[in-house]
Amino acid sequence: MDGAHDMGGVALSGPVEPEPNEPVFHAEWERRTFALTLAMGMPGGWNLDMSRFAREDRPPEEYLGMSYYQIWLAGLQRLMLERGLIASDEIQAARSLHPAKPVAKILTADNVAAVLQRGGRTDRDTPSPAGFGVGDRVRAKNIHPATHTRLPRYVRGHLGRVDRVLGSHVFPDSNATGAGENPQWLYTVTFNGAELWGEASDPNLKISIDAWEPYLDPA
Amino acid sequence: MGGHDHDHHHDHSELSETELRVRALETILTEKGYVDPAALDLLIETYETKVGPRNGARVVARAWADPDYRARLLADAKPAIAEFGYAGRQGEHLVVVANTPALHNMVVCTLCSCYPWPVLGLPPVWYKSAPYRSKAVKDPRGVLADFGFALPAGTDIRVWDSTAEIRYLVLPMRPVGTDGWSEERLSELVTRDSMIGTGLPILPHGLA
Repeated sequence: MDGAHDMGGVALSGPVEPEPNEPVFHAEWERRTFALTLAMGMPGGWNLDMSRFAREDRPPEEYLGMSYYQIWLAGLQRLMLERGLIASDEIQAARSLHPAKPVAKILTADNVAAVLQRGGRTDRDTPSPAGFGVGDRVRAKNIHPATHTRLPRYVRGHLGRVDRVLGSHVFPDSNATGAGENPQWLYTVTFNGAELWGEASDPNLKISIDAWEPYLDPA
Repeated sequence: MGGHDHDHHHDHSELSETELRVRALETILTEKGYVDPAALDLLIETYETKVGPRNGARVVARAWADPDYRARLLADAKPAIAEFGYAGRQGEHLVVVANTPALHNMVVCTLCSCYPWPVLGLPPVWYKSAPYRSKAVKDPRGVLADFGFALPAGTDIRVWDSTAEIRYLVLPMRPVGTDGWSEERLSELVTRDSMIGTGLPILPHGLA
């Protein structure tokens, strides 16, 4: 979706402000939001792309008006409400009012280290050969899906070059909507600064994105 | 959200509303048996005390000290980084990109906050902020100026936008004047920002 999360090149100005000796979290509620989000992935059953969409799919003023972990909180709440794991009246009451929905498994303390260490690879076998090779010229498609995509707006319609073939990976555009993993070949595609930003661009600038084959046309 | 003023400023009442919401959710989820409170504590402890940029600094220091390791790291980062035991969530697919006198690399995630957790921990606020996510791909020299340094004119800049599940780590250049230093000592020169590409390693005389 063409949402406020897709920030590349947008004039969201102000300097970048590094914080000296920044703590990992800035408040207790951030710690708990982070941990609840990670822990609920297991009983919740959603995937990474669904959780990204639940965070980004909101009006620009809302997305830009929330802090990072407020967005995580809103995303988590939506995912749980959508699946009937919790209900709105429970949030209002601040306690459980209805029986728990049966879940396959939960993340227990003894399992945390192993689950984090395992992570969730996204590379998958695919029977079809890669459509592009290193050095191929490609053009990012000018597409504007209403649902989740990982093709940023600032490259759409622009000419780039394949720099790496990264294997076949879960396709977020399908996975986010529950349409399945639908693995597709993934490439590092590199664009010249001037191709994206015009003649005023830094002549020494190149930008690389990782793009799935359905995002690209031969050029 | 608190909602009666529209200037996006997070005042205390708004934050406390968020705090109450998080407490309510944790209570509900615990009562329903969906979460194990001890697991929550362990998740927080892991990223506050165990997994952070010192991991990445050790990787970089070894690459500086050991040419064979450097070659392995640049050829296939995941197994090379796994030699330290660093692996897993948000580091399932890793690529290391090396700075040279002619090329400076910078990593961003314009769409959200993708970041190589096993080697850098959780991202700082600025990395997730609108100014960085919007500016890095268009004006990386402006970003570097915000961080207080400049590259020589004519240096190529490559910005890596983490749009898929590949996570990028920058291998900064080894500072001069560190010949014969141990990996341990070298690792003290490696800053988090130098591994994102928004900073440089500490110079040897900059260490206390």
